[in-house]
Amino acid sequence: MKALVSVKRVIDYNVRIQIKPDGSGVITDGIKHSMNPFDEIAMEEAVRLKEKGQVTEIIAVTLGGAKCEETLRTALAFGADRAIHVKEEGEIQPLTAARVLAALFKKEAPGLFLLGKQAIDDDANQTGQMLAALVDRPQATFASKVEVDGQKATVTREVDAGLETLEVDLPAIVTTDLRLNEPRYLKLPDIMKAKKKPVETVSIAGLGVQVAPAVKLVKTAAPPTRSKGVMVKTADELIAALKAKGLVS
Amino acid sequence: MSKILIVADHADGKLNAATAKVVACAAKIGGEIEVAVFAADGSSVAAAAAKLAGVTKVLQVDNAANAHPIAATLAPQVEALAKVRGATHVLGAGSTFGKDLMPRIAAHLGVPQVSDIMAVHSATSFDRPIYAGNAICTVEVPAGTVVGTVRLASFTAVASSGSAAVEKVAVTASLPSHTRFVSLAAQKSERPELQSAARVVSGGRAFGSADNFKILYAFADKLKAGVGASRAAVDSGYVPNDMQVGQTGKIIAPELYVAVGISGAIQHLAGIKDARTIVAINKDPEAPIFEVADIGLVGDLFQILPELTGKL
Repeated sequence: MKALVSVKRVIDYNVRIQIKPDGSGVITDGIKHSMNPFDEIAMEEAVRLKEKGQVTEIIAVTLGGAKCEETLRTALAFGADRAIHVKEEGEIQPLTAARVLAALFKKEAPGLFLLGKQAIDDDANQTGQMLAALVDRPQATFASKVEVDGQKATVTREVDAGLETLEVDLPAIVTTDLRLNEPRYLKLPDIMKAKKKPVETVSIAGLGVQVAPAVKLVKTAAPPTRSKGVMVKTADELIAALKAKGLVS
Repeated sequence: MSKILIVADHADGKLNAATAKVVACAAKIGGEIEVAVFAADGSSVAAAAAKLAGVTKVLQVDNAANAHPIAATLAPQVEALAKVRGATHVLGAGSTFGKDLMPRIAAHLGVPQVSDIMAVHSATSFDRPIYAGNAICTVEVPAGTVVGTVRLASFTAVASSGSAAVEKVAVTASLPSHTRFVSLAAQKSERPELQSAARVVSGGRAFGSADNFKILYAFADKLKAGVGASRAAVDSGYVPNDMQVGQTGKIIAPELYVAVGISGAIQHLAGIKDARTIVAINKDPEAPIFEVADIGLVGDLFQILPELTGKL
């Protein structure tokens, strides 16, 4: 079976973001970007399933501007066989992304569609669930374990109460959480090989997808900052400071 | 006027404290507030929801298919109920339950979702965090039903002083069979629940083992605190996943937060920024956690924690 994996180019998780002075968003020009860490986990899982012989072909997908091709090349270096670049220079919100991915789902007919549970830029945590809704297929979000068995998959999910296990019929949508796997380090030969793998470019309109109604950004602002605290030297001083604030009696 | 439908978050016949916070968010929007309880038998949950101050009515949707919270099964029912009730807003908690379910509803309705609502400006304008809370967006939603999840750390639970009517309703929707519940391995703990505890103590990688966490538990019990952990401690297997505090774990707002042996990665800080008082204990004076701490103590946790536990 085929596995589709969607990957997003985001500001690198180690970067301390800066807000534009006019409040129109965060500064992205000249800032280090990389693949959304949760999508790396999704890629890694697809590759492991292929290594186990349960997936025969991995197709990486991204939506975004020309620079997103580097993210697709990273996915190809991980082990995707080919890639699809849905080119759109403007902002793409989760519902439109889900509609695009649904169109690709219908076109490619994968057994599994893997995505990160959220992107660390907008932290929306929506696209996988919306995709599953639009194609009317199972969703197993926040996955920490995925086992494929014929036409079914058993997925363990990280939920607030602990670990929940679901059984889903394939095809299914799985969104990946942190502890599903540890993505491999990419080796130079794989990065070189990735440059030669095929990348197909399509447009949102070319896929017959209608852009969804969007949330309008009014402004972006910095969160309130916490004022500098005090340092104490001993456990006794700490207890005294807590007592002074009325936090312990 | 707004008509707000809230999907109740519950387990084991008990209403999750999260729902009272969603009601608080709905009260800021204003209008009628209806809480829908989807369960096999939702009587006890519905009775608890009916007491939440500000709730106009509780809708109890009993169905054997609702014995476990499966998004694909619940979404068509919520959607059908929202239409019947003429809901202008459909809200869920920013818990794993709400995060799993609500986008599935929004997609069916063809509307965008506002995730993690942290402030309400009007019935159609909200604040939400992006980049692990390092920026706050004010957004305006387009015409149509407003679907959102509520950031629990941003709202104070409403009191249980109300007495709304409970109405049993039947919902007509075709339910899929492609997703089946297998099991839930839940951690049983006598300690206060992380997301509603007034005091929380958390441990990080510096503990070095699951066994060493015992001194943190002893400290927590002395303080009557809930216990959390950094991602590093969970990844290392010292504690289970449901204890993780941070951007992708639980976001909390206790009166007192004590971070022990936690360096303070931005992803962790995203989960604790709303704590009233942050205390940090770390042997590294350069640890970023001290930048946000109200009270900092540099030192060895293995000496300091037992001393604190003994003296408190």
